[in-house]
Amino acid sequence: MVIDKVKKVNEEEKDVKKNVKAADMMIGKWVKCDSCKEIIYKEELHQNLSACPNCGKHFRLSARRRIKQIADEGTFKEIGKDILTKDPLNFKGYMKKVEGLKEKTKIDEAVKCGICEIERQKAVLGVMDGNFLMGSMGSAVGERITLAIETAIKKKLPLVLFCVSGGARMQEGIISLMQMAKTSSAIARLNDAGLLYISVLTDPTTGGVTASFASLGDIVLAEPNALIGFAGPRVIEQTIRQKLPEGFQRSEFLLEHGFIDKIVERKDMKHTLGELIRLHTKN
Amino acid sequence: MSNISAWDKVQLARQLERPKALDYINNLFDDFIELHGDRNFGDDKSIIGGIATLDGMPVTVIGEQKGKNAKENLERNFGMPNPEGYRKALRLMKQAEKFNRPIITFIDTPGAYPGLGAEERGQGEAIARNIMEMSKLETPIICIVIGEGSSGGALAIGVGDRVVMLENSIYSILSPEGFASILYKDSSKAKEAAEDMKATADDLKKFGIIDDIIKEPKNGAQNDFDKVIKDIKKYLIKNIKELEKLPIDKLVKQRYEKFRNMA
Ligand SMILES: [Zn+2]
Repeated sequence: MVIDKVKKVNEEEKDVKKNVKAADMMIGKWVKCDSCKEIIYKEELHQNLSACPNCGKHFRLSARRRIKQIADEGTFKEIGKDILTKDPLNFKGYMKKVEGLKEKTKIDEAVKCGICEIERQKAVLGVMDGNFLMGSMGSAVGERITLAIETAIKKKLPLVLFCVSGGARMQEGIISLMQMAKTSSAIARLNDAGLLYISVLTDPTTGGVTASFASLGDIVLAEPNALIGFAGPRVIEQTIRQKLPEGFQRSEFLLEHGFIDKIVERKDMKHTLGELIRLHTKN
Repeated sequence: MSNISAWDKVQLARQLERPKALDYINNLFDDFIELHGDRNFGDDKSIIGGIATLDGMPVTVIGEQKGKNAKENLERNFGMPNPEGYRKALRLMKQAEKFNRPIITFIDTPGAYPGLGAEERGQGEAIARNIMEMSKLETPIICIVIGEGSSGGALAIGVGDRVVMLENSIYSILSPEGFASILYKDSSKAKEAAEDMKATADDLKKFGIIDDIIKEPKNGAQNDFDKVIKDIKKYLIKNIKELEKLPIDKLVKQRYEKFRNMA
């Protein structure tokens, strides 16, 4: 996402080569915050956990960066890496697109799961990645998440899932719908085992992911100003033929309507998770 | 195997005169008593639920209800439930579990309603909770797709020990129009999408997502409804008997594994 922004800015400012900032942007050192319009050094942005140092806007994060922010250094051990994209519909161009994305993003699906430590406490961590087909859930995502849930059950560990998703993976048709049943049933078993599940909703969390595991946490956290909903805003506008109110389907809106427990800024996320896990640890 | 196209089936599945949930409920069962409300917000008329008897045995029935004309469709919101509809369904399903009644659901929806109030009241949460709770209900569940089974709005009453489709119904991730507009950037390519989506009963049987297909007369269930009712009734009685023989923990385990193993 950040890469896209840089490209756009580059195109707009092709002829201002003398400007140092613009020149640096060409080589990808700067990005523009689309919230406050400030030009920010990428390095500074990353040091600030990819939140805008000027206005606080939370930029979207790759799974790799997210894991780095949440897991104690060097503790993350990936599980389910051998579960890969399937093409049940034999959908034209799908696998080619997936191969291209793998090449471009250096990730192999829209979620990465593993066992790690969070503030020195063992946990199962799953992190979705919006750079891979908008974080949509097909069979590989559903299977990896289910495997993560089952691992938590087997090893009696708390589970933390970071959600970001455009919804179901359309290219996998009905198979993608069934991932909602698969993952939610696994959460039911986790509940029966008395284990903690914290889901963290980040921008955007919509569709089939919202209508399955994302909404089922014992504790549901969200990053500030994330778009969270079942139907997309455009679909709703077309259906009701009116403009949506300011802030509709944002984290603050969901908090007010009782669907999330707490909004947590990125800088406090790891510690909040650490505290919550500690509070659920029986000695 | 029928030789009519996927798009023809979409049309048949959506026909106004095609039998709706209430037609099935009124003809399959005796003594239907409709029960209303989610005990929280309201009563959603796009989902019907209640208690009835099937061949003398008490059962809980739930169905997504479309209308057969414009007026009925307005009243039923075109079969697009709001969260309170799903929560009513869940309340009645938990009641069924308490009284050891089998549950029979009828799926027929273009999708969960994408409205302002639906989002305010947690459409996603309502669907998620239904799916999760259905996966562990300690009573037999049979789900029948009778028309259009579209998206999470269908799955929210679709997690069962047996999931079956009428021959000309469809079950899909979203409408062919929606699929075409997202993947082909052109909603007029719905016909092409209907084929590519593989959403007919035959397709879903091949994928292992449904257990059985119930035959329909030529040009749709309404053309010999008595026969369709007779066949569904036979199917329900036979399968409920089978499911009731299983110890509860085995029944729930089998249901879990059924969805666990889907691709
Ligand atoms: Zn900013």
